[in-house]
Amino acid sequence: MRKGNFLNFFPALPVIRIDISTWIAIPVLLVLIILQMVVIPRFTLIQGMADLMLLGLCAWSLQRKVHNAWQWAIIGGLMAGYVSAFPWYVPVLGYITVVGLAMLLRRRLWQVPILAMFILTFLGTILFDLALLTVLRLQNVSIPLVEALNTITLPSLLLNFFLTIPFFALFSELADWIYPEELEV
Amino acid sequence: MNATPARSLQTIVLTLVILGLIALALGGYLTPVSRFVLNPIITAQSWLARRVQTLQNYINQPQDVAILQERNAELEQEVALLQRQIIELQQQIAETRILSALVDFARVQPENRFVSASVIGRENYPFVQYAIIDKGSDNGLRSGMPVVTVQGLVGRISAVTAGAARIQLLTDAESKINVRTEPSRDQAMLVGSVTGEVSLDVIDPDAKIEVGNLVLTSGLGGDYPANILVGQVTGVRRIETEPLQYASIQPVVDFKNLEIVLVITNFRPEDITPLEPTVIAP
Repeated sequence: MRKGNFLNFFPALPVIRIDISTWIAIPVLLVLIILQMVVIPRFTLIQGMADLMLLGLCAWSLQRKVHNAWQWAIIGGLMAGYVSAFPWYVPVLGYITVVGLAMLLRRRLWQVPILAMFILTFLGTILFDLALLTVLRLQNVSIPLVEALNTITLPSLLLNFFLTIPFFALFSELADWIYPEELEV
Repeated sequence: MNATPARSLQTIVLTLVILGLIALALGGYLTPVSRFVLNPIITAQSWLARRVQTLQNYINQPQDVAILQERNAELEQEVALLQRQIIELQQQIAETRILSALVDFARVQPENRFVSASVIGRENYPFVQYAIIDKGSDNGLRSGMPVVTVQGLVGRISAVTAGAARIQLLTDAESKINVRTEPSRDQAMLVGSVTGEVSLDVIDPDAKIEVGNLVLTSGLGGDYPANILVGQVTGVRRIETEPLQYASIQPVVDFKNLEIVLVITNFRPEDITPLEPTVIAP
C-alpha cells in the first residue's frame, strides 16, 4: 500500500462515471421543460397539449447508439416533477416506464425506428395520461373518464404525432453529434 | 504730322461703332444675329456634354451601386430596429393598460394589500390547472393567498419558492370554493374539473338560481375573502332523483390569456380543520 493514498483503504468503492451525454441531458431537457411551460399551453387542441419531454425521451431512447436513456428519464422526470403540481415521483416513474417500453421496441423494431417512434408515442401518451388520471383518482378527484379521453388524451396524442418526426430527426442529429461514427482506416 | 489726326479719327469711329453695337445689343436688336451664331454652338456643346455625362456615369456606376446597396442594407437594418421598437412599445402599452386597470382596482379596495405578478408559465400536464408567477416568498407571498385580476378571482397560491409561486386556478379539478349567487344569495360550492370547466355543486334544492346570476365568493370556510366576483351562471340542471341541483358557470377571468395578476397579501386563510366535527368512537 502506497503511503498517503487513502483510497486504498476503500478498494470496493464503485467508480461513478458520468457520460458526456448525461451532462448534455440537463440543458436539452431544461429547454424542453421551459418550452413546455411557456409555449405549449398557448397551442392547445381542445384541452390537450403536446408533451415535449415525453417526445424527447422517446426519440432519444430509440437512438441506436444511446445507452443512457434511463438517466435521461430520471433527469427529465425530476425536472417535470419539480415544476408540476403532480407528485414528483409520477413523472419520474412515468418516463422510466416509457424508456423501458422504448428498450423493448428497440429490440423488436430496430430496422424501422420511425415506426417504433410512432408506436412509442402512442403507448407513452396513453400510459402517461392513465398514470396521471390514476393519481388524480387516488386524490379523490372526480374524473369523467370518457370526457377526459375525448377532450384531453386524444387531442394530446394528435399533437404528439405532429411533432414525432421533427423530434426524431432532431434527436438523431443530437445522437450523431454526441456519438460520431468511427471511420475505419 | 498727318498721322495723328487720322489715328484719332479711327479711334473715334471705332468707339462709335462699339457704342452703337452695345446700344443695339441692349435694345435687343442683335438677338436674331446672336441666335443664328450661338445655336449651332449650343447644340454641339449639349451633344458633347450628354456624351461626357454618359461616359462618366458608365465609369462611376459600380461604385454608385455599391454605395446604394450599402445604404439600402443600413436602411433595412434601421427599419428592422424600428419595427422591433414598435413591437416592444406596443407590448409596453398593453402591459401599462393592464397595470393601470389593476392600480384602479387596487384603489377601490383600500382594505386589501396587493402584490402584482406576471404569469411566466403554465402547468406542464393538461389534467390540472396551475400557473406559475414571477413573485415568491421574497416578495411576501405565502401559500394560500388569494389571487385576483381586475375581472375577478383567479385562484390561490398553492406553493411558493423564493422567487416564484404556483397558483391553483379555480378551474382546477381539486379546487373547491364556497360561493354565493346574486341576487338570490344562495350558498353553493364552486368546483373545477379535469377539463377546465367550472360548475356549482351542493346547491340547496330550494335555491332559486337562474341563468345570468352572478357568482361571488362567500368567505365561508376562511379560504377566500368574501365578495370577489367569480363568474356567471350559464345553465342550471336539476335531476329528479337527486336532492341537489347543479349549475354551469362561465368564469369572468380569461384563463387562456392570463398575463398579470394581483396577490392579496394581507389575507391569511383560516384553518378550520380542528373545528370540523369528528366522529368519536363509543
